[in-house]
Amino acid sequence: MTAAGIGGRPRHLLDFQDWAPERLSALLDGADTMLNVLSRPVKKVPALQGLTVCTAFFENSTRTKVSFELAARRMSADVVSFAAGASSVSKGESLRDTVETLTAYQMDAYIVRHSASGAAHLVARYSGKPVINAGDGRRAHPTQALLDAYTIRQEYGDLKGKKVAIIGDVLHSRVARSNAELLPKLGAEVTLCGPATLLPLELGQMPGVTLITDPREAVRGAHAVMALRLQQERMQGGYLASMQDYVNTYQVNEALLAEAEDGAIVLHPGPMNRDLEISGDVADGERSRILKQVSNGQAVRMSVLYHLLVGRD
Amino acid sequence: MNLTITNVKRLGSTERESVTIEDGIIKGWNLPEEGHGETVDGQGGTIIPALIEPHAHLREPGQTEKEDLASGLAAAAAGGYGNVVCMPNTSPVIDDPAIVRALQEKAAGLGLARLHVAAALTQGQKGEQLAELSALKEAGAVMFTDDGRTNENARVLRLGLEYAGSLDMVVSVHAEDATLRADGVMNEGEVSQALGVPGNPTAAEAARIARDVEIVAWLAERGNRPRLHVQHLSSAAGLNRVREAKRRGLPVTCEVSPHHLTLTDEKLRSFDALYKVAPPLRTQADADELFEGLLDGTVDCIGTDHAPHTQAEKERDLLEAPFGIPYIEVAWPVMYTRFAEKLGVEKLVDLMTAGPARVLGWPEPSLEAGAPADLMVFDPETERKVNPATFQSKAKFCPYSGETLKGWPVLTVVGGVVAYSAE
Repeated sequence: MTAAGIGGRPRHLLDFQDWAPERLSALLDGADTMLNVLSRPVKKVPALQGLTVCTAFFENSTRTKVSFELAARRMSADVVSFAAGASSVSKGESLRDTVETLTAYQMDAYIVRHSASGAAHLVARYSGKPVINAGDGRRAHPTQALLDAYTIRQEYGDLKGKKVAIIGDVLHSRVARSNAELLPKLGAEVTLCGPATLLPLELGQMPGVTLITDPREAVRGAHAVMALRLQQERMQGGYLASMQDYVNTYQVNEALLAEAEDGAIVLHPGPMNRDLEISGDVADGERSRILKQVSNGQAVRMSVLYHLLVGRD
Repeated sequence: MNLTITNVKRLGSTERESVTIEDGIIKGWNLPEEGHGETVDGQGGTIIPALIEPHAHLREPGQTEKEDLASGLAAAAAGGYGNVVCMPNTSPVIDDPAIVRALQEKAAGLGLARLHVAAALTQGQKGEQLAELSALKEAGAVMFTDDGRTNENARVLRLGLEYAGSLDMVVSVHAEDATLRADGVMNEGEVSQALGVPGNPTAAEAARIARDVEIVAWLAERGNRPRLHVQHLSSAAGLNRVREAKRRGLPVTCEVSPHHLTLTDEKLRSFDALYKVAPPLRTQADADELFEGLLDGTVDCIGTDHAPHTQAEKERDLLEAPFGIPYIEVAWPVMYTRFAEKLGVEKLVDLMTAGPARVLGWPEPSLEAGAPADLMVFDPETERKVNPATFQSKAKFCPYSGETLKGWPVLTVVGGVVAYSAE
């Protein structure tokens, strides 16, 4: 459903399937401009004046929602928030009906978060408007991956030849999938690492992606190390014996980072379980770019909105 | 009361013939005109026995927003089916002889495809306590199954096979290990992992078949007469378990559905819940192996697992939408278009007529004088696009929408009465 728009410019950001590397680089370049806007005393530009952006969050999220709403408001868009637990939708209204109702209010774009993979694709199909995927199930979280890429690029100037190790619950992670899709398109190599129960072998077939269960081997020579959030409910699912068992092997801490490149940076998509998937000292330490990711996120999302909404009919 | 179908060809023949029916029985071929009675023009089409559907969800009682007997049996007749076995996962579950009788009576008055009722193996299909199997058989039930659910309690299945065996009834199973399937909504593999959609491994199907086959083997060895039918096989691994069971000479049969032969998990890349079905669409390698199973005789019959839902239900997201694909009206054209040449028309007809009859323990349908007049005429040449808007089924959507198919049914006759005519 990511039908290419005018001049090969994709109409939606659902995942990176239809996005050529040049377009992706342009998105990151745009974020440079937006970061500049955000450093001014008056952090607002009129680019989206008169447009209405709807954040449709069918799954709870505070941080991503705030980031998107700020991004849209700083570009002078009107922002409407629709929040519904997946359960209220299951009580009768189909996703299609919900979207068609919202579309009747003449929204100009949707930012969608949903617990089901593919839901953002369905919103794109039913609304006919540009859709930005703010996270769908385990499938994709493209703006998170873009802000990760942007943060790495900020550090090293370029992603070409850079090694990125992503460690943790890869199976349930849309962040891991989006990064595995995006970073190789920008020339980086991705190593996905986690316990075998949380590391689906099939992902190793993606171009530029390697799977390794041993975290020391995974971070060797890495320029960036990303720790994924570990959900407590994975214990009940039987994926892990215990939290301690996970921490012993897979926690991103100083001992593990000793194997990485000198100066390797540490990323985390948030929210963090401090001292679980990442040690507190690393999270607060000088390798950490976790807060930088948050501020970069706003600029990247502004750039995405600009690319999808400005300069078309 | 006589009915004559004129201008039809039998398989493998170019001769245009006529067949005359008297009181629901085939009286003879090319009889003199004075005995013809009412005549129907077969338009030069090919005549075969009416198709038998061993596995359809007609949703009555209780789920008639999805389908009912009138719409489902009209859809079946339009698809060339003369006999349809409906599944018992309704609301309430068909586990009571009174429901079996009521459904049969209602269907008999419709003049469409003939209804046969599969009754629940266990009360409420809960898999705990056997249903009143002998009373259900007495009422007319043709098989026992907890389809829609999986038989997680192996001991209860064993008891069901023992009891049903003593009644010479087949137990059919939706063979998936529910604990291994877990929350999977599509085939587990490259596509599900790339899409981040919870997967259902083929091991769930194969492991469950292996368990059930061992129960059958043990029962048969000690002198019971179990009959196990594995529904809608989806995977090469599952098929191989049935293949081995047959080599061991065990009383195990199986069915394959056209959607598992013609569609793969690649379809889910659209995230369209239309393709969400249980067991799930697998890979091309699985579909190819299922086709091998048709060729080598491992597969006994084709069943569509026609599973209508409302459009709104299927427009939910992949996690919320219900499992099931409806397409009974186009199952024959789909199979004919895709497989008539590769398989041979005779073999295809066997899999969709005599095959299900053998599984159910019915006499094999025939076109000879003296046989029941359940007949179907199809047009082997004319191509037409699938247009779900014209479906008799309440589910006006299908995965083959817009596809150009041939082999479209022209006429379906059930018990000597026209149940469907394309005119």
